[in-house]
Order: sequence, then C-alpha cells, then structure tokens
Amino acid sequence: MKIKTKPYGEIEVEERQRIHFPDGIIGFEGINYYYLIDSREGPFYWLQSEEFTELAFLLVDPRIFRNDYKLMVRESDLKEIECEKEGDLLDFAIVTVPEDHSKISANLMGPIIINRKRRVAKQVISENEEYTVKHYILEEMKQQKKRLVESKNACSYTKAK
Amino acid sequence: MLVLTRKQNESIMVGDSVEITVVEVRGDQVKLGITAPKEIKVHRKEVYLAIQRENIDASKADIEKVGQIGGIFKKKVKN
Repeated sequence: MKIKTKPYGEIEVEERQRIHFPDGIIGFEGINYYYLIDSREGPFYWLQSEEFTELAFLLVDPRIFRNDYKLMVRESDLKEIECEKEGDLLDFAIVTVPEDHSKISANLMGPIIINRKRRVAKQVISENEEYTVKHYILEEMKQQKKRLVESKNACSYTKAK
Repeated sequence: MLVLTRKQNESIMVGDSVEITVVEVRGDQVKLGITAPKEIKVHRKEVYLAIQRENIDASKADIEKVGQIGGIFKKKVKN
C-alpha cells in the first residue's frame, strides 16, 4: 500500500511496518499509528505518522555511536508492549537535527521500544540515569574511536612487555 | 491544588495504593519516599518535560539536513 511521508513523499509500505503506539509519543499523545521506514540517509530510520504527513521522527540505533549502550527499562514497560522474548524487542533513540547539523544528537533518556512481533511500541524513560536527552552523535563516535585506539595501544604495550 | 502540611516521617495517601512519605527535610531540599504499585510510574517532572521538549525539537528534523548528515555519517562509519 502507498502512504504519504514527510521525507520521501508517497512511498510503498507494508502492513508489517505499521506500529501502534497506544500512549503516543511524549508531547504527541493521541497520535497512535506510525510507519517504521528505512532511511535513505545513513544508518537511520524514520517513524512516519500515519495521520499527519508532516510529522516524522528520525531514529537511530544508539549502538552505532556507543558500543557500550545498554537499554535499561522497567519490566512494566516491556509488559505494556507485551514483550516476552528479547528477540521480539527493537529499540531506538529519537534523533534531533539542529540548524548546525554537526550537532546532531540522540535522546537516550527517552528511548523507543518496539515489540516487532505485535507491532506495539512505546516511548519509555530510561532507568539508566547517566543518559540524557542530548547525546551528540558525532562527538561520541569520536570518543568511541579514541577508546578503541587506546585499548589497542594498551594491548600492544602488554604484548611488548 | 490541595495543600497539606507534613512533618518528617509523615505520609499522605493518594488513592488506596500510593503512599508518599517525607523522609527528610534539609534546607530547601525535601526527600520523598514513594510506595506505589508497579504499574504506576513515578518520574521527576523535569525528566518528563525534558523528553517532551526534545521530542518537539526532533519532530522538526529537516530532510535536507538529514541528507547532509547521512553523507558525513557514511564517511565516519567507513573510517
């Protein structure tokens, strides 16, 4: 079937891409159906509102820029999306793209969790209090790379000894 | 708004299942203890508001900007 999207105009989607948010997204309550669409730009996804073409959120898997990312949510949140198996769970962070696009950031405080089998989703509040609403993606990627290099150097140092 | 005065270690009940206790008062800070059933979520209000504000900003994602970022990203990932 065809739907209208903010990023790409009219595109073909499948029913399995249609996700139900019973509580909506925080600040956008009452808007309950979205389509999950692969982005044509980099490692992103779009969450396109079914009802409002102009409403779409950019999503990212936080592990792309933080290999130490751990989703920490409450049991009750998982129950709400009827998620029993870890394999059924998809999780993303919403991305904010400001005027200065090098300051692109991801919200790790309010991740989106999706039961991909039942196609029910929810925006939850992270139980990990270290996470904030603004993690600068490019900056954190750089830090991650630095950590990798440092750990490699540490390895060769140990070997040399 | 209902306003109640409570001392340290005193509580209020919200409905039959939520109990809020004043655990400690020190200067301008009040430490509260909340006992509630699992299905009732308790959050600091500012966390909720911060997420709401961020969502509103995120909803304004400009497709052209995203295109530009996609390019940077691919390069970064390859490096």
